[in-house]
Amino acid sequence: MENKYILDLLYLIASVTFVIGLKMMGNPKTARNGNLYAAAGMGVAIFGTIFCHDNEVSAIIYTLIFAALVIGTIIGWMTAKKVQMTKMPELVSLFNGMGGACAALISLIEFEHAVAGNKGIGVMLAIVLGLMIGSISFSGSIIAFLKLNGTLAKAIRLPSYNMLNNAFLLALFAMCAFMVFGTGASTMALYTLFAMSLIYGVLFVIPIGGADMPVVISLLNSFTGLAAATGGFLYGNQAMLTGGILVGSAGTILTLAMCKAMNRPLSNVIFGAFGESSGTESAGSSTMKGSIKDITTSDLAVLMNYSKKVIIVPGYGLAVAQAQHIIHELEMILEERGVEVKYAIHPVAGRMPGHMNVLLAESNVDYGKLCEMEEVNPEFTTTDVVLVVGANDVVNPAAKHDKASPIYGMPILDVENATNIIVNKRSMNAGYAGIENELFYNPKTSMLFGDAKKALTALVTELKSMA
Amino acid sequence: MSYSPFLWELEVVGGVPSVVHTPLMSGANAIHGVVIIGAIIVMLNAEDTNILALSLGFVAVLLGTLNVVGGFVVTDRMLEMFSKKKK
Repeated sequence: MENKYILDLLYLIASVTFVIGLKMMGNPKTARNGNLYAAAGMGVAIFGTIFCHDNEVSAIIYTLIFAALVIGTIIGWMTAKKVQMTKMPELVSLFNGMGGACAALISLIEFEHAVAGNKGIGVMLAIVLGLMIGSISFSGSIIAFLKLNGTLAKAIRLPSYNMLNNAFLLALFAMCAFMVFGTGASTMALYTLFAMSLIYGVLFVIPIGGADMPVVISLLNSFTGLAAATGGFLYGNQAMLTGGILVGSAGTILTLAMCKAMNRPLSNVIFGAFGESSGTESAGSSTMKGSIKDITTSDLAVLMNYSKKVIIVPGYGLAVAQAQHIIHELEMILEERGVEVKYAIHPVAGRMPGHMNVLLAESNVDYGKLCEMEEVNPEFTTTDVVLVVGANDVVNPAAKHDKASPIYGMPILDVENATNIIVNKRSMNAGYAGIENELFYNPKTSMLFGDAKKALTALVTELKSMA
Repeated sequence: MSYSPFLWELEVVGGVPSVVHTPLMSGANAIHGVVIIGAIIVMLNAEDTNILALSLGFVAVLLGTLNVVGGFVVTDRMLEMFSKKKK
């Protein structure tokens, strides 16, 4: 019996470290320690669970538990250490899926016990919800992962998918209710629910455009949190409850914060303004007038060399091309020549908020040079050259005036106000959101076609030779 | 426990600069790995002979570990880059 009190104390400690750790992660200065605190608390909770219990456990089971822990640690550690910074968002999504799957498996196993023990509605509800939410989170995360790493590049939309999805969701809830309150608590029903939830996870994420993936991952993250919380309810486990609810609510708030940064309601992301692409395309292409002009590397080098102020707008293209180091080199050369250089970071630049900051920090770019949108927007009027590297939607003026545009209303970087706009892109393809960008047709705009890394390397070489 | 995690959370994430959104999401992602405790409990309560429960439990512990370890390590890597710049 004593074990139970020790364990409760350990769980309490873990819960406190989760709360404090997450709080500290909100501040860039304390964030790293916060993460370590939470990790330590997690360790306490895990080893407490293994060692402080009252029932007899055979050696085989201990061996299995430790084997799983060791294998998981090695794989998880190696993957997380090896992955390139640019692949970070999809990795987060993948790990999130693992958590969801874990929650779903727990429910699958506990179901038998609950039926056999006739445990009542509360327990059954926790099991069924844990299974449903965990499975949706799992399959949804895997789809998000595939989308982010480019395997599933296009949003796939079944005809009238919104209706279909909502109907499917209703069916899921009906199934849950049938199992919890009705007479449907059979193994057959359990696996049907499992399969249906997995399918719903796929249906839920697959129509959503890639540009909205960060929001989706954040949302699925909070789903997994809720699934963990149902497990906490099931076992009356303090650590799982606190951790789960904490992440469930933090994820929700974070999701809403991201939506706010894009100035779109969450419902719009999920039920998709990006879905009504037929209207968009016509509206988009009709406004595309004028011609595209491009600029040579040497002309651009001269232009930048004699500028007073240059602002760099990094986007996902920069990340894909691994151009974060070369852009830092460009920045340093320009600074040496007395050019003021800043980076304008849109809140949703890259695939996640803060993605660009992480990348540029990796290549040692001074933190103070990374400017947030509100802070930098008034400065474009006094800027000689704006260099847009692999960004598209975050500088699309359609967001301001084209009501038909799916990104209408999203705050953008006002690069139009600068004297010269240089856009580096691989080709004229539309951005991730699949929208044309009239900025490219602006008379002040010149295109620098090519892979970001190659183009910037050439530019840096050119600048060096001008010394 | 008398505090409400919900209220805490409003405090915790509200007004956070968007710079740390990604690490924060990643950190939260690691924390929900706490679901692994449930998987361990399943294993501890399982009968030696219940192969289905043991194998599902094994996979669950494995996946949970991936979530926890991978989550914290990735978050640490992201945050390492911020702290490097602070000096």
